Amino acid sequence: MKALLAQTRSELTLSLRNGEQLLVNVAIPLLLLVFFSAVEVLPIPTGVEKRVDFLAPGIIALAVMSNAMVALAIGTGFERHYKVLKRLGSTPLGRGRWVLAKIGMVKILLILQIALIVIAAFLLGWNPGGTPLLAIPAVVLGAFAFGGIGLLMAGTLRGTVTLALANGLYLLLLLLGGMIIPFSEMPGFFGTIGKVLPSGALSEVLQSCLRTGAEPAGSAWVVLGVWAVLAPLAAVKFFRWE
Amino acid sequence: MISPESQPAIEVTDLTIRYGDRVAVNGLSFSAMSGQITALLGPNGAGKTSTVETLEGYRRPTAGSVRVLGLDPVNDHRQLVARIGVMLQSGGVATGMRPAEALHLFASYYDNPLNPDELLELVGLADHRSSTWRSMSGGEQQRLSLALALIGRPDVAFLDEPTAGIDPAGRQLIRRVIADLRDRGVAVLLTTHDLEEAEKLADHVVIIDHGVVLADGTPTELMRTSQGDDVRFGAPSGLDVSSLGERIGAVVTEASPGEYVVSSAATPTMVAAITAWLAEMDLPLADLRAGRQRLEDVFLRLTADAAEPAAEPATTRRRRSRR
Repeated sequence: MKALLAQTRSELTLSLRNGEQLLVNVAIPLLLLVFFSAVEVLPIPTGVEKRVDFLAPGIIALAVMSNAMVALAIGTGFERHYKVLKRLGSTPLGRGRWVLAKIGMVKILLILQIALIVIAAFLLGWNPGGTPLLAIPAVVLGAFAFGGIGLLMAGTLRGTVTLALANGLYLLLLLLGGMIIPFSEMPGFFGTIGKVLPSGALSEVLQSCLRTGAEPAGSAWVVLGVWAVLAPLAAVKFFRWE
Repeated sequence: MISPESQPAIEVTDLTIRYGDRVAVNGLSFSAMSGQITALLGPNGAGKTSTVETLEGYRRPTAGSVRVLGLDPVNDHRQLVARIGVMLQSGGVATGMRPAEALHLFASYYDNPLNPDELLELVGLADHRSSTWRSMSGGEQQRLSLALALIGRPDVAFLDEPTAGIDPAGRQLIRRVIADLRDRGVAVLLTTHDLEEAEKLADHVVIIDHGVVLADGTPTELMRTSQGDDVRFGAPSGLDVSSLGERIGAVVTEASPGEYVVSSAATPTMVAAITAWLAEMDLPLADLRAGRQRLEDVFLRLTADAAEPAAEPATTRRRRSRR
């Protein structure tokens, strides 16, 4: 227990000390939320009263993705590159506690980050609807899906490749994921792809939990659930410690 | 706890490690005792790292077996990691971490760790409270790695090139810490390219190449039993070796330009005869070694490639062996 707490605290300290990571995790989602709520350049689905009502759930989904996938992948990828994971392999910490510490770190950062987004959204006049409590399991499933993808990259690719791929994937999943651009505004083909992506599934689910009048997200829950199981399983199977 | 006398701390028996078709370690056997510094020496690609990583539980033997403190490093991994300390050749610490943080974190992994602040003092990093790993010099990183290997009071310490690329003061400090470990009964397994270091520090030397043991013994034993009976000296190249040979009554060869070998027992009379001849010819004498060879000579003779001349000048040979 002592080791797990110390490891989690260490992971958190290192994350918070890492400026680039904070930029991806915190600054970019907040910037997108404020900017696109204020500036009317992006389309919003018909029937949505305020831009922030559509954007807030999408930005929460984005925060989950940037934290659980991008930051985790890059952080872990470089730890692997610098033999940090190899060194830990010869200590009594063990893989189980290492994974739990990573999960703990992502969880705490996510809570802080979502709290900031929710505060900002309320300041922008957000009026959440739907069943907000369901957003919690949705965020948890999303974190497992993206965390699995992040660790899969970190555990199989070189550090620099992970860095590039995580950032590229971030942009792709952001654009196709219905986070800031609604699926209704995309050509059918893009929308179909988007909805089977973890980002698309998470933003659909969060829209349905947090916005009055959003479509029910039955199939998106299934897609999200499948990603949340398969991605961590793939990470466990293919992860290489050195 | 295993008493030092009863059983070796490290036992390698007929260890074979293959990567696909390539044989990295080929039936290697040796052991290392508690309270001793054992140096595992060998050129690059000799199989040192594969052997050590097998002992640390990172890989399984293809054949043969290894035991550390009587435990199987893979199957008994959980028990073993609490009792070993590992120093990797490079890296091993998150780049944004500070020395004290790293030591306190590692201390939390063990039941009865050393005091992190005292350890920081011991390796001379107490002043580096706010520098992160990424901003530390190579020598500072090495000293922190060593401290991290010691924090859990290990019974066995695996140190990979602990003084590589370190300034002389740092090297002295690390050697003192390692010698102190031995005195406290720890079995230290040191892999190094620095033969002078092995000669000074090790109680037991195992020289390997191509995955097999070439020599195994104390440094003194290895240096004594080596090809013994000759006198070597350095002088200008191109001397008339037959004239010298006739004069002193022994075969003289120029092993490499400026490096001569006299095939004779290294008696004071013989040495005097050689120097007298050089004095007569008014020739300078660069160096002269009789009888006892340095560990480096033993090592190079044992590991010499057929392609490589047997006796180049010592300085260039050393550089080669480190490459």
